[in-house]
Amino acid sequence: MAVKDYIRERFFPHIWCAGCGHGIVLNSMIRSIETLGMSKNEIVMVSGIGCSSRICGYVDFHTLHTIHGRALAFATGVKMSKPELNVIVPMGDGDALSIGGNHFIHAARRNIDITAIIMNNRIYGMTGGQYSPLSGAGTLATTAPYHNIDPDFDVVKMAMAAGATFVARTTTYHAKETTDMIRQAILHEGFSVVEVMSQCPTYFGRKNRLGSAVDMMKQMKSITAPIGSKAARENPEIIERGIFCQEEKPEYCSEYDKVIERATQGQGV
Amino acid sequence: MERCRLVLSGSGGQGVITAAILLAEAAVLYEDLTAVQTQAYGAAARGGATRSDVIIADSEINFPKVLQPNVLICLTQEAYNKFSSIIRPGGLLITDTRFVKTQRKVDAIQYELPMYATVMEKIGKPIVFNICMLGVLVRKTALVKPESIMSALKARIPSGFLEMNEKALNIGMELVDTGSR
Amino acid sequence: MNQNIKFIQGNEACAEGAIYAGLDFFAGYPITPSTEIAEHLAARLPQKAGKFIQMEDEIASMCAIIGASLTGHKVLTATSGPGFSLMQEALGYAVMAEIPCVIVNVQRGGPSTGIPTHVSQGDVNQARWGTHGDHAIVTLTASNHQDVFATTVEAFNIAETYRTPVILLFDEVVGHMREKLVIPEPGEIATVERLRTSVAEGVDYHPYLPREDGRLPMSDFGHVHRYNVTGLYHDMWGFPSDNPDVVHGLIRHLVDKIENNVNEIALYKELYLDDADYILISYGSSARSARHVIETLRPRGERIGLLELQTLWPFPADIVREKCRNAKYIVVVEMNMGQIRQAVQMAVDDPDRVFLANRIDGVFITPRDIRKLLRVIVGKGV
Repeated sequence: MAVKDYIRERFFPHIWCAGCGHGIVLNSMIRSIETLGMSKNEIVMVSGIGCSSRICGYVDFHTLHTIHGRALAFATGVKMSKPELNVIVPMGDGDALSIGGNHFIHAARRNIDITAIIMNNRIYGMTGGQYSPLSGAGTLATTAPYHNIDPDFDVVKMAMAAGATFVARTTTYHAKETTDMIRQAILHEGFSVVEVMSQCPTYFGRKNRLGSAVDMMKQMKSITAPIGSKAARENPEIIERGIFCQEEKPEYCSEYDKVIERATQGQGV
Repeated sequence: MERCRLVLSGSGGQGVITAAILLAEAAVLYEDLTAVQTQAYGAAARGGATRSDVIIADSEINFPKVLQPNVLICLTQEAYNKFSSIIRPGGLLITDTRFVKTQRKVDAIQYELPMYATVMEKIGKPIVFNICMLGVLVRKTALVKPESIMSALKARIPSGFLEMNEKALNIGMELVDTGSR
Repeated sequence: MNQNIKFIQGNEACAEGAIYAGLDFFAGYPITPSTEIAEHLAARLPQKAGKFIQMEDEIASMCAIIGASLTGHKVLTATSGPGFSLMQEALGYAVMAEIPCVIVNVQRGGPSTGIPTHVSQGDVNQARWGTHGDHAIVTLTASNHQDVFATTVEAFNIAETYRTPVILLFDEVVGHMREKLVIPEPGEIATVERLRTSVAEGVDYHPYLPREDGRLPMSDFGHVHRYNVTGLYHDMWGFPSDNPDVVHGLIRHLVDKIENNVNEIALYKELYLDDADYILISYGSSARSARHVIETLRPRGERIGLLELQTLWPFPADIVREKCRNAKYIVVVEMNMGQIRQAVQMAVDDPDRVFLANRIDGVFITPRDIRKLLRVIVGKGV
């Protein structure tokens, strides 16, 4: 199938600003699904609120555009009630990790077979440039006019600590890598997380004088390196890219099937 | 039958609420009577004074709480102190001699029986204290048949424990028959 | 012993009613005094290959059942006051996106943590207006276990018929009390199944285009029709829109589909209303005390009757007005500061005839409380 066949052209143009990284993520996501040869009928995309969440409207899957921060909770209901569906949840950094932080932790803990894609642009774009939990101390935002004092945290470490069994990080500069990682994340049985560092030239870039979208993408290239690479080893400031964790552990829906088995055989009640 | 309003009281862990449920279940499921059971929730259910209300009748029961019980059972001093004053004049008050020293004179028929001591002497397991109390209750009031209590027990507990429970129920009935007062 | 006769808590009666109605999926979070619903379903649902999940909070529970409803399942969550507050945003989403689902609130005393183990009926207006924005909502209640069972089945039926969330507003007394329940045979109470679209694959399916009868056939996630579901105002495709005609059309549809069917949705019971000079209007556990008063006073020749409401919202104003037309006095019996009294006053011809017999101290209202007020109004030995 052509990439175009996965798009709801009727609903274009999209709402994203010129230079926004989210379109690249959309592109990579569709290409990864295309290479997997999945039927559009078996894919459910669930999102919350924010620029990133609008991705749902543009793709020709079963799409559920929900409320701020709760996409993973809705997705849990979809997946558990019909485990044969492939559930993909694109989220922004604020959506996934601030208002939705608790749902993120518990979806990871259950190891439910959902693919979470965190489009991390370090800002609340839709509301006009307020600091997010991933903006980091020292950055500027409309709600941090005297520089942000909130430290950020490492999504990869948190996802792993919470129990996610596939955790990867990449950037919009590395579009082909993003396609490959999303593909592997979808194939993975269990809770998978892909953090895609994405640029918001309109708010984060402008507020923090990071230049154009192209400048920001170049910067993502220079501040990241593959896990364990020479560059990463030599420079502690480097943010590592790659697959940090990929392991097999009991998946939630499969485990619940065993509960049904025990209940129908009259055990343990 | 005359509508009977009971309050069963004691402390958390004595099985007061279980006994109340068994009694009401016996009435509804095995004797085709009407019954409603309610209980105090919260901290009381985890230690401290606990209370369960049961109404048994042969007609519809609307108001489910007991304000003035015909039958009041107190298995601790605290419960006795707290509830003895609410008994309906001429009602039946059952207490255990090990746990309760009756002080105030209320207008009631007072039954003070060594339920706990007898259970410990003959069975040695405090867990069936409440079933012994039910034995006293059904013998004294004839609200439901002892067989109905046993049927309710059968549906609730593993068969291995039935014998011990039946023994406790009989001990309670015998206590009434031997006329301890 | 007849296996269909149970002696159980109201919460368990509700859970059994949900299973009878065809419940497939429950998500919830423990909270007193509703927890027994979750406990009962944790055991019962997997026995019939249904799914139970304890979520991380009530927000997530409400969201999860919406997700599960979209895959074609009958869904339920259960909570109490504080949890019900947390559910309000997602409840509004279910209103907007027209997702069939049932939410139980076993009321306890509020506001805030309030008085968790004691009874109250203080969430009546929260059920009506808890979520933001104009909307219509269906709220049902019951006073005894047989009715708890039946209204629970009815809640699922209404949810499917009108594609709407339905709130079951029970209370601590009914929820925790044990009494007899006879489980009806299959088919004894009608159940409404999901209306699915007959549109074939490859033909345009409009998920949000109502049929002539106002109903919207659904297509399950995973089937051949792929569409968008959103909490934004949306067009017939489910795609976001800020076109004023679309916005106006949708809010009117959402409100009208409920409010225009108020009499179909209205469930109530009456006792001695034909010649009643005094009418008690009550609902939930309070109605048990009201009924007790009436059964005591009728034999003494008092012309007193009861209107027991089982549908609280949409408020059956026409029915209340009609039933109360010839009454000298109307006394609303409830355990709050007059939330249904206010609705009754707005419904009847003469609001000055409407009085309130209430209790707001966590103690179950007694027949004595009601008679005390009757004496004040009537001034003689009732």
